[in-house]
Amino acid sequence: MTTHPAPVGNLVSLQGVGKAFATGTLALDGLSLDVRAGEFVSLLGPSGCGKSTALRIMAGLSEPSRGTVAWPGGGDARRRIGFVFQEPTLMPWATVARNVHLPFRIAGIGYAEAASRVNETLKRVGLADFADAYPRELSGGMKMRVSIARALVTEPRLLLMDEPFAALDEITRFRLNDDLVALWRELGMTVVFVTHSVFESVYLSQRVVVMTQRPGRVSAELAIEAPQRDARFRTSAEYAALCRVASDALAEAMSARTGAAA
Amino acid sequence: MSERALRIMLPLVVLALGVLVWDLVVRLNGIPPYILPGPGLVLATLVSDWSILWSSLLATLETTFEGLALAVIGGIGLAVLFNQSRWIERSLYPYAVILQVTPVVAIAPLLLIYLPQQGAVLACAWIVAFFPVLANTTLGLNSIDHNLADLLRLYGASRAQVLWELKLPSALPHMLAGIRIAGGLSLIGAVVAEIAAGSAGAGSGLAYRIAESGYRLNIPRMFAALLLLSIAGIVIFALLSALSQLALRRWHESAVTREA
Repeated sequence: MTTHPAPVGNLVSLQGVGKAFATGTLALDGLSLDVRAGEFVSLLGPSGCGKSTALRIMAGLSEPSRGTVAWPGGGDARRRIGFVFQEPTLMPWATVARNVHLPFRIAGIGYAEAASRVNETLKRVGLADFADAYPRELSGGMKMRVSIARALVTEPRLLLMDEPFAALDEITRFRLNDDLVALWRELGMTVVFVTHSVFESVYLSQRVVVMTQRPGRVSAELAIEAPQRDARFRTSAEYAALCRVASDALAEAMSARTGAAA
Repeated sequence: MSERALRIMLPLVVLALGVLVWDLVVRLNGIPPYILPGPGLVLATLVSDWSILWSSLLATLETTFEGLALAVIGGIGLAVLFNQSRWIERSLYPYAVILQVTPVVAIAPLLLIYLPQQGAVLACAWIVAFFPVLANTTLGLNSIDHNLADLLRLYGASRAQVLWELKLPSALPHMLAGIRIAGGLSLIGAVVAEIAAGSAGAGSGLAYRIAESGYRLNIPRMFAALLLLSIAGIVIFALLSALSQLALRRWHESAVTREA
């Protein structure tokens, strides 16, 4: 792969990224992906296609074995990352407010100083009344909201989400999907959303990046241009057609696995 | 009768029956008190010898709590040290295990040679009590949520912050379980050391009273001292359980009361 200067407007740019684990597993091979500032992009792929690994590499939690990760806009965005895991990953010993306060605490900013930001963010995710509750007292969907609030409280430039709603029931997932789209529009951040759900990826994103099975790399890209994301879009023929295209792309990516190692 | 009342009543009924049988066996067989005193005589001895027994109880309890406090400090301190450096852990952990598996009864006489008596008794209480704290805290420090650890790394947390924000709170339930075990063991360590020291004749704890009463065939006092030791053990366990409950009641599944 030849390296070329990343186009202006890219927040993070992965070039020919490969990742081999100590066990010998090759998770990613030749993954090139540009994430544009302000966009909502989904990484869609089967389980074990390395999408989570790609996300961890963007977050700086994992080093690529090959290739480069560039931040064309400078290092600021790199330091302002929010991460939401598949599990809510809350501290069970701390209240909701103390959990959301965590990023500030690490930065040495006390609770009194950050309280207004914490409360504002909790309000934004609809948990204003639960600041003093402990995580175990909340439902799965509410815990995930706390997790999102913790990621948003520092006003990140880039929000990385690793199948955050996979373990939730459909009703809760739909509501969180709607809320996430609203938050993204409101806050103007960049979101990279990892999922194995075709429907979720089409509903949420401006762009769906389909990945091949392990070792993962980009197999296809799909632009979703619908401006409105609501119940009407979810039941529209346009949505169904886009889902079918994404489904076909995913099926092709999975059948193309034999050629992927080349 | 409610289940709660039954839970308290049933053991008490068993106790009353046991005491009754004990009393009847002693009375009907005319067993002399220097072989087996009846429950009435044991209670009477407890009252008549109270001043001696009380001061002995205080001496044993003092050793027990000092041993426990040192075990908690030493156990948690060592566990944190081990957690920070794998090489320190590899160098020292085998010796912690050796201290644990060598019977304290066998170590006590040696310690009594090299240390002043009170120091030796304390050392015995510490040796048996610190290991459960160390082992449990080590387990707790290692069983952290790895996603949370990643999150702290993402936000640039220092080692001290990871320890304080994540590892120590994660370890707290394990730590408290270890301390609860250590409380009982510290009492056992103190008793073993006092018995070992007993022949040297300078002790004053409850176990020393038991050994001394044995030599004098003062069997009722032996029983009275034994009774006090058991009660002390139960109270220590109850106190530490309450402490654990209090610390974990809001968040840990072991302490949360669930509604049906």
